[in-house]
Amino acid sequence: MMRLIWVAVAAITLALPARAAVDIKEVTSPGGITAWLVEEHSIPFVALEIRFKGGASLDAPGKRGAINLMTGLLEEGAGDLDARQFAARAEELAARFSFDVYDDTMMISASVLTENRGEALGLLRSALIEPRFDEDAVERVRAQVLSIIGSDATDPNEIADMTFNQIAFGDHPYGSSLNGTLESVAALTRDDVVAAKDRLMARDRIYVAAVGDITADELGALLDDLLGALPETGAKLPDRAEVGLTGGVTVVPFDTPQSVVMFGHEGIERFDDDFFPAFVLNQVLGGGGFSSRLMAEVRKARGLTYGIGSYLVPMDHAELYLGQFASGNNRVSEAIDVVRAEWAKAATEGLTEEELERAKTFLTGAYPLRFDGNATIAGILAGMQSEGLPIEYIETRNQQIEAVTLEDIQRVATRLLRPDDLRFVVVGQPEGLEGDGL
Amino acid sequence: MPRRLIGLALAGLAFALPLQAQEVTTFTLDNGMEAVVIENHRAPVAVHMVWYRVGAADEPPGSSGIAHFLEHLMFKGTDDRASGELSGLVELNGGSDNAFTSWDFTAYFQRVAADRLDLMMELEADRMRDLQMTEQDVLTERDVILEERSQRVDNDPGGLFSEQRRAAQYMNHPYGVPIIGWRHEMEELSQDDALDFYRRYYAPNNAILIVAGDVDPDEVRALAEQHYGPLEPSPGLVARTRPAEPPQLAERRVMFSDPRVSQPYVMRTYLTPERDSGAQETAAALTYLADILGGSGATSFMGRKLQFETQTAIYTAAFYDGTSLDDTTFGLVVVPSEGVSLADAEAAMDQVLEDFVTEGIDDAQFERIKFQIRAQEIYAQDDIQGLARRYGQGLTSGLTVADIQAWPEVLDAVTKEDVMAVAAEIFDERRAVTGWLMQDEAEEVMQ
Repeated sequence: MMRLIWVAVAAITLALPARAAVDIKEVTSPGGITAWLVEEHSIPFVALEIRFKGGASLDAPGKRGAINLMTGLLEEGAGDLDARQFAARAEELAARFSFDVYDDTMMISASVLTENRGEALGLLRSALIEPRFDEDAVERVRAQVLSIIGSDATDPNEIADMTFNQIAFGDHPYGSSLNGTLESVAALTRDDVVAAKDRLMARDRIYVAAVGDITADELGALLDDLLGALPETGAKLPDRAEVGLTGGVTVVPFDTPQSVVMFGHEGIERFDDDFFPAFVLNQVLGGGGFSSRLMAEVRKARGLTYGIGSYLVPMDHAELYLGQFASGNNRVSEAIDVVRAEWAKAATEGLTEEELERAKTFLTGAYPLRFDGNATIAGILAGMQSEGLPIEYIETRNQQIEAVTLEDIQRVATRLLRPDDLRFVVVGQPEGLEGDGL
Repeated sequence: MPRRLIGLALAGLAFALPLQAQEVTTFTLDNGMEAVVIENHRAPVAVHMVWYRVGAADEPPGSSGIAHFLEHLMFKGTDDRASGELSGLVELNGGSDNAFTSWDFTAYFQRVAADRLDLMMELEADRMRDLQMTEQDVLTERDVILEERSQRVDNDPGGLFSEQRRAAQYMNHPYGVPIIGWRHEMEELSQDDALDFYRRYYAPNNAILIVAGDVDPDEVRALAEQHYGPLEPSPGLVARTRPAEPPQLAERRVMFSDPRVSQPYVMRTYLTPERDSGAQETAAALTYLADILGGSGATSFMGRKLQFETQTAIYTAAFYDGTSLDDTTFGLVVVPSEGVSLADAEAAMDQVLEDFVTEGIDDAQFERIKFQIRAQEIYAQDDIQGLARRYGQGLTSGLTVADIQAWPEVLDAVTKEDVMAVAAEIFDERRAVTGWLMQDEAEEVMQ
């Protein structure tokens, strides 16, 4: 169980911890597929991370949920193996595969032992290139997805999330659940699933990272075999999404003792010159968990919530600045007032010198500590590639944090934080809180 | 599949990972504090943990939630440090910190650059004996844990269902009381309750230090002697003997309805032995049994029968976690397909157990599981914090370092006959609680 806390002590300057000790090589296969590699031969396995850009937002019109259903079916039979044979084979090899899809990305993670790497990656290849999508598997996974959709409809966290996205993005794919609806998923056919795969899983949008017991030559040789048979191109990436948020409160009545709140307004692009100042600003306002202003005021000073956080969310086709918390129905109105007040205070006053220095010290010190496991590092490297970051980013990232000044913070605070534009979606039976009907 | 499934609280219950023989060093300070150092030099990172041999199952009757409440209050300051200063210093050093409470332990940890271990020990040692707080701190933090209870339990029918089933499972042992506490008792928790609990149980002779990562055992020992060595032990600590379960003679059923439930399911738990020091064989066989019966939807016995040969269920699982101080549970869950009633789902679950006794274990499946258990030892080395946690959890659950290190071999020695023998032993309905989670009771009865 977790707890979080606010701190107010004098700034103490300390030497930074060691720099991230990762040596990344870029490997290009004979067939032209690129991957980032960190060799680490101390443990006899390799973690492989594959990403396809576009994610579930590439659902064809009227086929919402097809890509999610397809993703769930990749490990349900491939090549000569039906679902059960495929699973048994993976167990036999002690290979670990996971297939997940989000709004902008499909993420495939694999960990395979050195002693049977060829066979294990052969099995993964089969799932990526020749999944069977057998009718019985489609029905089995469809039933699971329908159950999840049903459960989400009575889960206050999911209701808040779906309502907020609907208000923010309307008909853009970001505006609806990637699971689809009961109706859209019920109507999907095997052909839709096959089409969904070809829309997303193409070589023009693939990112690969490998970390572990493998050499550059070995990796280069296997990339073509693993991925070379995928189609060259997929569906056109989605259009830019208009953020249709306006300031105010939306109440979704739901009979539960604690109200769940999502709030936010438009955010900032990942490659905006002010992204790093915005990132540091948010660290102090509501990021970082333990010591943010929102935690100090909403949790520690008033006990209104167990946890509150805010996040910059730069997606591929839109940017949001979001936050969330949950408070008892009789206290949520007060908590919202506190959030608004903190947003306004930061917008006009920015941060103190001490807050800025503390945030920079934490962010730069914590960064190298992230790089401590094959699977973790592979995930970071694949994420960097799909965000469009250069390989040198790991070396320069802390300098960009260090370079942020109080003037930068003040400028970005004025521009980014707009308390009157905050939309609060409240799911529960909040007392003394009126929605505006949106 | 399996996809993110239906809000079942199964995380962490699935399959206890064994350990590869690590570079592990142990020592004990003169004041009774035990220490375990796990070397791993891949990254310049250290995990520093202090585990107390006290948890929610050690609370005085009527004060449920006090162990967890104290965990929150441990961040409120000491005679030397202001409220929140510890987390602030960890953060200023680029580290992260947190704490967790279970029935058998309370643990505090920091993850920092390896050269910051000295400061972490200074801070952790300071709050082991010198905690201080104001009345206002306590009252506000009590509101926080009540909100935490709302978020984890009251806002989630699955959480409420789990609480009710557990209370029925343990008729006398405090494992039947939720870690977070019953709300009516949490509302009455006081500063005195917290400090009484603290003074009794937070002491070097009730604590285990675990340091994992890029560290040298001799240096860790020197730092431990410097920071933890001077702390006074708590007098009068006795062996942890909780009220034991009487013979369980009557099957129990928990029927829970909540309008917020969309996906009904049936879950059954059986009171089951845990890993005992020097005698882990039964627990090892039970670990296999969970995997064989319900480890994977596609290849397990229950998944094959209920998700493939028939379409009775959309999800099935069996779970067992043997790392526990006292008797634990073995669980089965069946999430029925659309149109299948909970009565039919439960009947199908019973039929699976019957069939298992007659059909036995598939050789190929048994060999696959055995190989996977060996492979786990390789993958586990990638997660240093996970290794540290296993020692902490094991040592606060009545096991020794030798038991924890022997576990992979004990698992490796399990035979099919061992598994069938424990299956014959544990599936006794008189020791079981069968729960139905439903949206509307009347509706379910009519099906």
